[in-house]
Amino acid sequence: MEVVVTNLTKTFGSLRANDSISLRFAAGQIHGVLGENGAGKSTLMKLLSGFLKRDGGSISLDGQVVELDTPAEALRAGIGMVHQDPLDVPAFTALENIYFGSQRHQLPSLQAARKALLEQSQALAFSIDPDTRISSLSVGQRQQLEIVRLLICGARVLILDEPTTGITAAQSRALFNALRQLAAEGKTVLFVSHKLEEVAEICHTVSVLRAGKVMGEGQMMMPQPQEKLLELMFGTAASSHQKQTLRQRATPQGGWSLSNVSVREGPINLQNISLDFRGGEITGLAGLEGSGQQTLLRLLAGRIRPQSGQIKLNGVDVTNCNSRELLQRGVEYLPADRLHDGLIGSFTLTEHFALLADNHAASDASQANSKQTAQDSKHKLRRLLVDWQSALQAAEQAIAAYRIKATPSSPIVSLSGGNQQRALLALLSNKCQGLLLEQPTRGLDIASAEMVWQQLIARSESGTAVVFASADLDEILEYSDRVIVFFGGKVSAPLERAQLSHSLLGELIGGVGF
Amino acid sequence: MVFPKDIQERRWFKIVMQLQPVLALLGALLITSLVLLTSDTNPIEVFRVLVVGAFSTPIKISDTIALTTPLLLCATGLVITFAAGMYNLGVEGQMAMGAVGAMAVTRMLETAPPPLVWALALLGGILGGAIWAIIVACLKLFGRISEIFAGMGLNFLATGVCLYLVFGPWKRPGTASMSGTQPLPEHLWLPTLSGLRLAPLGPILALIALAIVWFVLARTKWGLSIRAIGNNMNASERMGIPSTRRMIEALACCGALAGLAGALQVLAVFHTLIPNISSGIGLLALLVVLLANTRAAWILPISVLFAVFTVGSTQLPLTLQIDSSISGVLQGALVLTALALRGLKSNKA
Repeated sequence: MEVVVTNLTKTFGSLRANDSISLRFAAGQIHGVLGENGAGKSTLMKLLSGFLKRDGGSISLDGQVVELDTPAEALRAGIGMVHQDPLDVPAFTALENIYFGSQRHQLPSLQAARKALLEQSQALAFSIDPDTRISSLSVGQRQQLEIVRLLICGARVLILDEPTTGITAAQSRALFNALRQLAAEGKTVLFVSHKLEEVAEICHTVSVLRAGKVMGEGQMMMPQPQEKLLELMFGTAASSHQKQTLRQRATPQGGWSLSNVSVREGPINLQNISLDFRGGEITGLAGLEGSGQQTLLRLLAGRIRPQSGQIKLNGVDVTNCNSRELLQRGVEYLPADRLHDGLIGSFTLTEHFALLADNHAASDASQANSKQTAQDSKHKLRRLLVDWQSALQAAEQAIAAYRIKATPSSPIVSLSGGNQQRALLALLSNKCQGLLLEQPTRGLDIASAEMVWQQLIARSESGTAVVFASADLDEILEYSDRVIVFFGGKVSAPLERAQLSHSLLGELIGGVGF
Repeated sequence: MVFPKDIQERRWFKIVMQLQPVLALLGALLITSLVLLTSDTNPIEVFRVLVVGAFSTPIKISDTIALTTPLLLCATGLVITFAAGMYNLGVEGQMAMGAVGAMAVTRMLETAPPPLVWALALLGGILGGAIWAIIVACLKLFGRISEIFAGMGLNFLATGVCLYLVFGPWKRPGTASMSGTQPLPEHLWLPTLSGLRLAPLGPILALIALAIVWFVLARTKWGLSIRAIGNNMNASERMGIPSTRRMIEALACCGALAGLAGALQVLAVFHTLIPNISSGIGLLALLVVLLANTRAAWILPISVLFAVFTVGSTQLPLTLQIDSSISGVLQGALVLTALALRGLKSNKA
């Protein structure tokens, strides 16, 4: 079945996740859709499979314009989507999932379902035991089951969102064989990925999305040169070199030192890492999202514990410190999702300062708990109360110093992303020794992004070790003193900024050389 | 239901949203009226009796205040757990264990001077409720059981404990009976106002508790951090708030206040431990807090209103020959309409 989308548009608030996308996916072929995280691939696929409603444009199947308002409607029209984390019922067996997940009257009985399941999975050389519970299947097997289910339900267009994430190499091979076979049978396969080799291996055509738009000349026949695809995915390298700011580097001292650290978080498994993040240096963590950068940041922040190895901060062993202990030692972590993990949405800036004053007061108290006089106890009582006056002053100062567009009493949730990030920076302690940032400028306008970097550079110059992960290559190249590249849980040696170019970094991120 | 943006921007929509509490009350009256009309009863008359009933005689007024007392204490406690982002459904059980704690103290100290016994019994009640709540906290934090289910389970357990005591070790001499354990000796009853069944100590303690909790939540760092974890646990953790500890503390405070309510029910109202000592007051307090949200200042008027409805409804069978449970319909409808309106409002954001 041929799928044609014309000027498809979807917005979330001010973000244009899909910006008038026009593409044609012919039947009998595997179509790759490439793009960085946040490029709009998933949005496009969810529009096609009825999980999201479009804001503009049209979708037509075999020349017929269709409305796909729900996943069920999309499936009736013949479009089925396999999600990265398959949507199934963990408490059910494979057979029950097929049976209850099929359209009404399609499978009259459990026997019919069993027969269909076995036939279809045999045809694709999948091995699924109908009576195993989903919760004891691997992601790869659940994916196979989902493909079988969609085919039984009559899907003629199959969408796979990052299907090779979290599955074994053998399962990938089985999946690729099955997809090739399905395409040969005349099905349309949409293969969403950010992995270049995979797309090169099985796709007939490729389209690259970036910031919600189709890049380059639209849909292109494979094969295409890798550099060209990388450039389309990450943008041109032209301007970035001139932007590189020459700045004074403080003599590196202190900071983190990791020796033989291994850590595991979900599918990410970082093995035997030995790295230094020195005070006064800015280290950029590059790589496709989910390649292990976040895991390393969370490890340094004390959110997860290493399985083995040793972590030192300024010469002190902090391997087993939790996040609160590290915070007291001056380690601050600014997560990518500012409202979810960073700030308290319904609290005002003043309330945030009041909240943090508590921490600072607590650490002050532990430092100076020597003399106990009558005056001290009066002081203590006052310490229990919120000092709204000084919190308000701190908020006012922060608003002026960081040019935050807000009043001290506006709830954080009402601030724009840029102002939220400014607020996060304003709330950092002065004693910050190590600063960990995830996507520090994601979603920010240029002025805010520059403001953020001015602050980060100032911190670094005062001796703070700054470590940041970014999906933006230009940002990595512009601000890092050293760069570490992640690919599929593997870590490169630290690369001095001077050794790097845009194209070399792009290749490393795409997995060349790992 | 989500309103389109253009409707949300209109002025009438904003005005409607401002009038939320009034609308909630009107909606609740409407729903209740419909229920009443199905049984051919004049709703106006019923509402009149509900309100007037509670103020008809000095005894009724004192009954209203007596009911407000435990309601206010439980609701005050629940404001804390609500601010910390938890639904402490175990408040009923915490109240019952408070009653058990108070009863245990009085049984041990029957011959001691009454003021000392009262003080220790109230303390015992506070301790009983707090311990029961800390069990909820532990189940939540270390057993990964939602405080809702942990609380409900412990409610059943608390009822079981009460029943066991009523029919077992603390039974009346002679035959055990559902009507309660062996009553307190009369000199240990909390002193009442002359001619009324109301012991003034209860409402006084409840008002003091409410004032303290209001102050603590609004003005202290502890209160601020409780609200912080209630709003965003992740961000609070990131900023160094010991959220686990705060959750335990919030539940313990709530349990302590519920326990105090239970102890007062024993010392001032029933003068014995009955199997259903909490009599649904904890659940009614949950409704109060759902209405008040985390605004502690609203707790008092709403508690009084609910107590008025409940006491007023006891007149209904006498004057209009309808069952008193209609006050429950009115209270429930009020909470539902308020929550529905709040939902509309938050969809706007």
